[in-house]
Amino acid sequence: MATGTAVDVVMPQMGVSVSEGTVTRWLKSVGDHVDADESIVEISTDKVDTEVPSPGTGTLTEILVHEGQTVAVGTLLGRIGDAGAGPAAPPPPSGASVAEPATQAATDAATTASSEGDVAPGEDRVTAAEPESHDGHDRTFVSPVVARIAAEHGIDPASVPGSGRGGRVTKKDMLAFVERQQGAAPAVPAPEIPAPAREPASAQPPPGPPQPEGGEGVEPMNAMRRGIAEHMRRSLDTAAHVTSAIEVDMSKVVAIRDRLKPEYQRSYGVNLTYLAFVARATVETLRDWPWVNAELRGESIVTHNYVNLGFAVALEGGKGLIVPVLKHAEGLNLLGMARGVADLAERARTKKLLPDDVQGGTFTITNPGSFGTFHGTPIINQPQSGILGTYAVVKRPWVIRDENGNDAIAIRPIMNLTLTYDHRLVDGAYAGGFLHDLRARLETSGEADY
Amino acid sequence: MGEKTYLQAISDGLRQEMRRDKRVIVIGEDVGVYGGAFKVTLGFQEEFGPWRVIDAPLSETAILGGATGAAIMGMRPVAEMQFADFISCGWDQLVTVAAKQRWRAGTPIPITVRLPSGGGFSGGPFHSQNPESSFAHIPGLKCVCPATPADAKGLLISAIEDPNPVLFFEHKHLYRRVKGEVPDERYTTPIGEARLHQEGDDVTVVTWGAMVYTAAEAAAKLGDLSVEIVDLRSVMPWDREAVLASVRKTSKALVLHEDTRSGGFGAEIAATIAEEAFEHLDAPIKRIAAPDTPVPFSPPLEQAFIPQVDDVVAGLRELAEY
Repeated sequence: MATGTAVDVVMPQMGVSVSEGTVTRWLKSVGDHVDADESIVEISTDKVDTEVPSPGTGTLTEILVHEGQTVAVGTLLGRIGDAGAGPAAPPPPSGASVAEPATQAATDAATTASSEGDVAPGEDRVTAAEPESHDGHDRTFVSPVVARIAAEHGIDPASVPGSGRGGRVTKKDMLAFVERQQGAAPAVPAPEIPAPAREPASAQPPPGPPQPEGGEGVEPMNAMRRGIAEHMRRSLDTAAHVTSAIEVDMSKVVAIRDRLKPEYQRSYGVNLTYLAFVARATVETLRDWPWVNAELRGESIVTHNYVNLGFAVALEGGKGLIVPVLKHAEGLNLLGMARGVADLAERARTKKLLPDDVQGGTFTITNPGSFGTFHGTPIINQPQSGILGTYAVVKRPWVIRDENGNDAIAIRPIMNLTLTYDHRLVDGAYAGGFLHDLRARLETSGEADY
Repeated sequence: MGEKTYLQAISDGLRQEMRRDKRVIVIGEDVGVYGGAFKVTLGFQEEFGPWRVIDAPLSETAILGGATGAAIMGMRPVAEMQFADFISCGWDQLVTVAAKQRWRAGTPIPITVRLPSGGGFSGGPFHSQNPESSFAHIPGLKCVCPATPADAKGLLISAIEDPNPVLFFEHKHLYRRVKGEVPDERYTTPIGEARLHQEGDDVTVVTWGAMVYTAAEAAAKLGDLSVEIVDLRSVMPWDREAVLASVRKTSKALVLHEDTRSGGFGAEIAATIAEEAFEHLDAPIKRIAAPDTPVPFSPPLEQAFIPQVDDVVAGLRELAEY
């Protein structure tokens, strides 16, 4: 029972600015065999959710940080020891008809590189080894569709009874399992109370959740919610927020988009949105108004000769928000912009963003207009000094001057734009100049200017 | 509306188009006086005259080259290959000239090439092939493979209407064996649109031509299994969306064709499913096709060569149990 080769599983550093992470789910239980690089635990940080690969091969002997607990980067989460070092393995999958002691010996034999002395004398490993390894091999294959459903519902496929060949979990097994689980769940989900750690982790466990009173539902905040809450509060405490709005006649943009949209779809498979036009015009305008694309760092004003453009993306169901960043947006034409925005939005919604995708922004655009809202006062994404809000394009009666110099009322597609800026750095006249130029660009640019 | 055989549907559809549109002409070996090897154009020369129903010399090059030239001059020729197998003699006119003319010069080539294809009657290696994948691979050509009498008429009219060369693979085995309701009036079946032959939830079979019926017979033998059969109808362009939608529903796919396996069009379909619907698969994609040999002449060997109902039953069972 040597433990000298035990390997530590620690909370990894998921990006430079990330200092802590939450264990969302252990994919292995104490006593489970785990291979090097096999996913062992799921963690969640304020940037991304990810799975941590096992740093070694062996048996998971200890879990020190339990699901729901948040700890600092580098904290010991669990330990992997030699096979046989941990507590007894769980019983074999149903269907194996061998006696338990024999199975245990077989499991040990199969997972231990050199197992001399580990097998109890008198145990006959031959009887158990063959069916066990055969069964185990087939059960472990998880088809793509089963993996997807499992991930969507947070289910370990190994916990689902399989009816496929060799006990494989089929799509039908998985769907039936999900249905049973959902049927069994209570109407109001019970609050998850983290199990007490066997050994105290280096960080304090979170205080117990409040007990629900009549009519209330209580659920713990996830890491993203905590991140958003902390960030929004800190930004309002940091910057002197002021919002200015301007109305833009989008006639030219609408005409260009109508012309280009089918071609973009056909030739590139890219959906050309108004947002891509606004982003292009914004990047151009920021060159003339560099402080809108700057930040205050201590006593210094830091400007950039590039634009790393963040886009606020709402996640499924409006719960959750992430701001992926299009790096060096100043080097993108309209097609590149449209493609980049679509790619980021898609990867945000499918949780495929990497830590670097959400860092390094110099300016942000938020686009709540898809819901029809015409005005808002967004909060600046620190440490930036401005955030542009784009709103619904609405047909409005609009006073124009006809070719004879007479005023006339025309129907025009109008969009409101807001710039929320940090008045510590950007003054009202400066912000107004930026918005004025941005409007002029959107109202006068031809197809070739994009 | 009346019940017609697959062969009658083709013949009636062609006659209807010739009566409606004087630009439609027929050219082929023995299509005139003799009425065609399978009697599709029987009586056509009497009705439309020898200038519109042309008996060609024994040269597929002449037939396809002549049809292409006539198309350039504004006609809408329907060329008949006596057997699909003989099209290889006209490859150059079809592939080098007809398929590329529009690309090179902007000239539409609205020709239809009728190709009696498929085996099952001991026709041997020169009279039984299904060469659709060879032509689906040629940009500029369209390939349709109807399975029902109604689709045979609708797709033939679409082919004549289409500004591109369209290869119309008509399965000989279906000529007189399959009957179905065919509307009397003129109608078109869109090229590139699949037809759901039967709905199901457990396994998708993607197939076309005579194999649609092989698949349906196999499915009927497996009462406890709910099989969805997608009749592709057109091989190029093919209805990816219909295939992917079905596979996303059932998560298991069997691709079935009478053509040989390697480089058969089923390979393209299987690859597309793997690319586009990977995360929806619950089993490996299965292909059932003929082995990579010429079509055998001997009846028992030909039976072993062409996918049979029992082969499909075994394949479906394997997928169900996976």
